[in-house]
Amino acid sequence: MSDTGGNNPKGGDLVRRHRLSTRLWHWANALGVFVMLMSGMMIFNAHPRLYWGEFGANPDMPWLTIGNADGVAFPGLLTIPSQYSLADARIWHLAFAWILLIGAPLYLIWSLVNGHLRRDLWFARAELSPSHLWHDIKEHARLRFPTGAAALNYNMLQKGAYLGVLLVLLPLVILTGLAMSPGYDAGLPVSALFAGRQTARSLHFIAASGLALFIVVHLVMVVLAGPFNEVRSMITGRYRLPVGKGAEP
Amino acid sequence: MSIIITRRRLLHTGALGAGGLVLSGCDKLNGDPAFRSALQQAGTWHEGAQRLIGGQALAREFSAADLSPDFRINGSTDPGTGEYAAHVATGFANWTLRVDGLVRQPLALPLTALKAMQQRKQITRHDCVEGWSAIGQWHGPQLGQVLSMAGLLPAARYIVFHCADAIGGAPYYESIDLADAFHPQTILAHEMNGQPLSVGHGAPLRLRVERQLGYKQAKYVMRVEARAKLAGLYGGKGGYWEDAHDYQWYAGI
Repeated sequence: MSDTGGNNPKGGDLVRRHRLSTRLWHWANALGVFVMLMSGMMIFNAHPRLYWGEFGANPDMPWLTIGNADGVAFPGLLTIPSQYSLADARIWHLAFAWILLIGAPLYLIWSLVNGHLRRDLWFARAELSPSHLWHDIKEHARLRFPTGAAALNYNMLQKGAYLGVLLVLLPLVILTGLAMSPGYDAGLPVSALFAGRQTARSLHFIAASGLALFIVVHLVMVVLAGPFNEVRSMITGRYRLPVGKGAEP
Repeated sequence: MSIIITRRRLLHTGALGAGGLVLSGCDKLNGDPAFRSALQQAGTWHEGAQRLIGGQALAREFSAADLSPDFRINGSTDPGTGEYAAHVATGFANWTLRVDGLVRQPLALPLTALKAMQQRKQITRHDCVEGWSAIGQWHGPQLGQVLSMAGLLPAARYIVFHCADAIGGAPYYESIDLADAFHPQTILAHEMNGQPLSVGHGAPLRLRVERQLGYKQAKYVMRVEARAKLAGLYGGKGGYWEDAHDYQWYAGI
C-alpha cells in the first residue's frame, strides 16, 4: 500500500491512507452534517421543548426545555440562517438531507463490500481484552499517538467513535428524521419503530448532539495529531507516517 | 509546551474565523435566488419519494386512549369578523359551504347536508411544522365525496380551501392536489373528539389531510374551489404560509 516504504512502511514514509470512497464521503458528510446541525438548531428554536411518546405540545410535559418558553434556544451564531426563520431553515434542512439519505447507506454498503468496515474499523478479537483497551485509553489520554507503521491502524477509541457514527448515530438521525415526516411515516412504519413521533424527535436531537460532540473531539484530535498531514490524507489520500522518538531518521 | 499553546491558539482563532465565514456565507446563499431555488427544488423531491414509497398509504390511526388530553390551539383562534360571529351565534344554522370553480355543478352545502353524507371517523396525529404533535379524533365526510357530488371538470388539478380567518390582513387559504384530495383520510371535519368543532379549532369545518403538516389543515373552511393552477391566486404559491414565508407547498415532511 505504501509508496516509499515497500511492504514495511516506517516513520517518515508517505503512504496511502484513505481510499477515494472514504475521502469523497468524508467531505460530503462533513458538509451535510454541518448544514443539518446548523439548520436543525434553527428548526429546534421554533419549539425548544422535547417530549417522550407519540404526542407533545405546550400543554404537555417536556423532558427538556432549552431557553425560556418562547425564547431562543440556540443563538444566531450557530444557526442557518442566523436570523430566526423556520421556513428558511427547513429549505436548507430538507435539501441537504439528501446527502445523508443517499450518501450514508451507499457508503455503508460500499464499506461492507470493499472490506473497509471489517478490516479497518471493526474491533479485532485481540483488541477486545480489557488490558488492551486500558492501554489505548491511557495512551490516548496522554496524547501519545502511535508512530511508524502502527499509526496505520486505528486505536480502540477511534474505532469506537467511527463505528458509533457510521452504525449508530447516522442511521439513527436519518431514521428519526423520516419518522417526524408525516408523509414518509405513512409509507414506512418509522414513528411506530421509535414508539412515537415525539420520542423520535427527542432521539433525533440526542443523535445530532452525539454527532456534534464527535465533530468537536474529531477536530481537536486532528489539530493535535498534525492538521496538515491529517487534512492532506483526507484530500489526496496520502499520509506521512509519524516518526517516533529515538527512531533512526 | 509552546507547540501546544500555538495549536490551541490556532484552533481557537481558526474556529472563530471559520465560524464567521460560514455564517455570513450561509446568509448570503440563503438570500441568493438561484441557490435558494435549487434548495427548494431538492426539497420537492421528497414529495416524489413519499408518493413512490407510500402511494395512497394511510397515515397511522390511534385509539381513544392515545388522545392528547389538551389539543393545542394554534394559528388563528377566532376569525373575529362580524359575519363569522353571527354564524357562531346561530350555531352555523344559516351557513353553507360553497363548492365551485372547475366543477360541473357548483354547490352550497349546509352543515346538515355535510352531516347527512357518509362519515369517516379517524384518530390521527397532528404534526405541526414547529415540531410539536397532538392526537385528536376527527369526524366528517370525505372530501372526495363532496368533490364527486360537484363533479370535477377534466382541467381541475388543485383543490383550494378558502377560510374565514386572516393573518395580518392576508386571507388564510390552503391547497392540495387531487391525489391528496381523494385520499380516504382527507375529510372535512365538523367534529373533534366527539364534540362539534370549537371556534379555536376551526368551526364549523376544518380540512384534515393527514399525511401533511399542520399548516395544511385549514380551519374555518368557507369555500372549496377546484382550479387548474395555483398561479394567479393571492401570492400564487398555494397557501397563506407558502406566500407569506416560503413554507413548502407540499408539507409531507
